[in-house]
Amino acid sequence: MNIWVYLAVMASTIYAIRALPLVLLRRRIENRFIRSFLYYVPYVTLAVMTFPAILSATGSIWSAWAALLAGILLAWCGAGLLTVSVSACAVVFVLEMFLC
Amino acid sequence: MSENRITWRRGIRDGIPIALGYFAVSFALGITAHNAGLSALQAALASFLCNASAGEYAAFTVIAANGAYWEMALMMLVANARYFLMSCALSQCLPPDTPLHHRLFVAFDVTDEIFGIAVAAGDRLRPSYLYGAMSVAIPGWAGGTCLGVLMGSLLPMGVVRALSVGLYGMFLAIIIPPARNNRIIAGVVAFSMAVSWVAAFLPFLSEGMRVILLTVLISAAAAVLFPVREGEEAAA
Repeated sequence: MNIWVYLAVMASTIYAIRALPLVLLRRRIENRFIRSFLYYVPYVTLAVMTFPAILSATGSIWSAWAALLAGILLAWCGAGLLTVSVSACAVVFVLEMFLC
Repeated sequence: MSENRITWRRGIRDGIPIALGYFAVSFALGITAHNAGLSALQAALASFLCNASAGEYAAFTVIAANGAYWEMALMMLVANARYFLMSCALSQCLPPDTPLHHRLFVAFDVTDEIFGIAVAAGDRLRPSYLYGAMSVAIPGWAGGTCLGVLMGSLLPMGVVRALSVGLYGMFLAIIIPPARNNRIIAGVVAFSMAVSWVAAFLPFLSEGMRVILLTVLISAAAAVLFPVREGEEAAA
């Protein structure tokens, strides 16, 4: 198998997925159900992707829980993208010095 | 300064934290690419062209397993189907008169994070804003992947494991603030996580399939139970 062919397949598939709706849906959707559905999609999909995957991302489930709770707490208090992300990493790094 | 110039700069400003977060995450992704047998150039190109975290990770596992090309296409469809939904949502945020070439360029970088700031911009969203964010986010993502391949094996394991939660931290920073301001979103987020946890124990459901199925089912249920009123969408 050729890696360059893999890359071509990856790039074309993912671009088609992203471009089709943007090109085809040129007008405002009036249907209330579809509008509501699309409104909830980002929250649901990001929540589902985060949990429980985060629990198995690190070396120990406890450091992962700590990172999750720290991330939620900081984001709740209004910390930005970068702060939350770096803090979660820092929590894992410090805790794993003791746990692993 | 023209209006486009101003929104472009605003996009760069909002794109910088994304690029920095990307850098850390894509570094970990580069290590995966390295293990799958990709060169630094190939991995950087994969990241430049795909701009997807979980999607690329899944693709690298296919390469590592020497899978068929159709398997790769299928894996990309499943692992990235959420971008289809995001592009549908994004098509409703852009001004309806946005010309075709702008739609084609914007489509290049519909990612979780870019989508997040696009939704946050609400009615004021313009392609120039997204181009600003893309012009820092894409180099961050591709450069991080490249460095991950080159230097991943030099980093201590503790650092690599710590970096791997960076992506999830970013996701939390996108969904938690709206959840704080809106009880329905808070409920939907908590419910999604709980169901996702239970569903993760089902052996026949792959990670990619689980994300798509739950996204469609839970979003549809929420849309029936809590339909959004006009004008409410931009507020969250």
